[in-house]
Amino acid sequence: MTETLELLGSAAFWGAVLRIATPLILGTLGVLLCERAGVLNLGIEGIMVAGAFVGWLVVFQGADLWTGVLAAAAAGALLGLLHAGLTVGLALSQHVSGLGITLLATALASYAYRVSFPKVDSPPTITPFAPMTWLPVPVLNTQTALTLLALVLVPLVAWVLYRTPLGLAIRMVGENPAAAEGQGLSVAGLRTGAIVAGSALMGVAGAFLTLSAFNAFFFTMVNGRGWVCVALVVFASWRPGKALAGALLFAFFDALQLRLQQAGGGVFGVELPYQLYLAVPYLMALVALVLVARRAAYPQALMKPYRKGER
Amino acid sequence: MRLERRTQPSARALLLAPLAAVAFTLAVTSLLVLWAGAPVGRAYALLLEGGFGSRFALTETLTRATPLILTGLAAAMAFRARLYNIGAEGQLYAGALAAVAVGGLHGGTGFELAPALLFPLMIGAAMLAGALLLLGPALLKSRLGVDEVVSTLLLNFVVLLVVSALLDGPMKDPSAMGWPQSVALQDALQLDRLIERSRVHTGLVAALVLAVALWALLRFTTLGFEIRALGSGPRAAAFAGLPVARTGVVVALLSGALAGLAGAVEVAGRAGYVTLDMSPGYGMSGIVIAMLAMLNPLAVVAAAVFVAGVFVGADSMSRAVTVPTFVADVIVAVALIAMLVATMLTQYRVRWGTPR
Repeated sequence: MTETLELLGSAAFWGAVLRIATPLILGTLGVLLCERAGVLNLGIEGIMVAGAFVGWLVVFQGADLWTGVLAAAAAGALLGLLHAGLTVGLALSQHVSGLGITLLATALASYAYRVSFPKVDSPPTITPFAPMTWLPVPVLNTQTALTLLALVLVPLVAWVLYRTPLGLAIRMVGENPAAAEGQGLSVAGLRTGAIVAGSALMGVAGAFLTLSAFNAFFFTMVNGRGWVCVALVVFASWRPGKALAGALLFAFFDALQLRLQQAGGGVFGVELPYQLYLAVPYLMALVALVLVARRAAYPQALMKPYRKGER
Repeated sequence: MRLERRTQPSARALLLAPLAAVAFTLAVTSLLVLWAGAPVGRAYALLLEGGFGSRFALTETLTRATPLILTGLAAAMAFRARLYNIGAEGQLYAGALAAVAVGGLHGGTGFELAPALLFPLMIGAAMLAGALLLLGPALLKSRLGVDEVVSTLLLNFVVLLVVSALLDGPMKDPSAMGWPQSVALQDALQLDRLIERSRVHTGLVAALVLAVALWALLRFTTLGFEIRALGSGPRAAAFAGLPVARTGVVVALLSGALAGLAGAVEVAGRAGYVTLDMSPGYGMSGIVIAMLAMLNPLAVVAAAVFVAGVFVGADSMSRAVTVPTFVADVIVAVALIAMLVATMLTQYRVRWGTPR
């Protein structure tokens, strides 16, 4: 018990929470933007892989770290544009198109990695972002600039969605596209824009993994984080502030299970298989989904393709 | 730009759509092969030959296609009723594990029942395990409105970790030198070879029979009608007085059971035990296959053979030219997207400009 208390008082633990939360915050904001405009984006898992790879590759080729982040965002935006073309332009099933994007992006990243590095024993590395030691804020000064970026983006996205005409328009096409059309808004344009912007954020979420959390690219590095983001958005009732809280809560449990697993000794003296600890985050996401299910305020037009002039 | 529903899709368009999709896929893949620095023509020839060009290639492709037909059917049946089951991977592993739990050599001998009795028990347990795994998300969807896509996706990770824990613990083969693999199935429960000097097993026959049976079920039975009605619109189906909730549960059980069966067939027909890498993404590929087949059970067979051939062929091609095996994943993903667009264009016409 005292050990647990000690753990909760340590800066290293909270640093780990922030580090785990960063890609989730970025990814969740990305999903949130797409879904607020009425489009599910299951491409996130693959877009994160692509972002992780492209960001890392650009830096490995000699560009600086921020160029890498921008390249990852561009890769995400491009895949988002494809998703928009399929789901908004051609009104295809959002589920299937998203899964297709995930398969395509993952396959392309893996293929490109193997073509670029046919025979390597250990993955080539880069020098990742350094912690912001100059920052006079404890815990945050052990993190990198990308974490700060993620934290700043939360109020920014909230401000755009709730305080600007653009945000109102985005929310409107997600709730009632026919009414938005009647107001002279372009449903296709707004949805496409929201998907592209959201997917760019997903790309940055992936880049955080290769440019900050680690220093190399692995095939399985995203490992379901994208799907967790999709669950977190439901948990957050499509609100940026709650999305931040959800991501932090999730990261808290993930960091806790890591520590418990490392400490050994089990829970209450019972030795548990390590896989159980690893399953905790996914189970948490499932429980969260079930808990909020009854009062989940889905955007009304989510997953409904909009075809002009068709009811 | 706007979309206009075609009153009657033309027969020519329906025939050309898959061909156009394949042509587009080949074009995209050619660019990637060129990038890898390999001659395009030779790469395709090698891929075709490695997947279909010899007795060995064909039997390997059919072996690989067997679990894919089953997961493809699992996805097709569920998607037909708008139940987006993305959890076939987890259901497959649950089925495989259940099969070994019933038919495995626990304590050296296993359950001492006549194989004629134990075999159906083993298959039944596998199907039940897969079915129950999907029943949860299906009920959560119908009762609480929990999106089944996310819940089944997350369950995949949980199931794989549970399998991993069991392979380290109670289900571990003590004679496997510390390798995480399950106890082996009893010899009498393993499937027979269908073709001599190959790995094709009788599971293929079961998969083909099921494809025909499910096609007939959709086409000729009341349940099939209910499933199709649910797929065209749950609200309309409910208004028409169809048992929407019950049909949803039946479809979930059916789809999960098919994926669980894929696991059992894979164990009994190939390795004889469960490992953590027994499925190279059969669950996900099943979804692609179902979409390529436009959710038609008979077409699932053709799509599964195509996907299996691409994977087997890519393996053999990458040994001869410097193209990574991941090219197979790219081909399948591009084919999926191209096929979606092509079928969509057979039903809708794209009009540019605003209507007058």
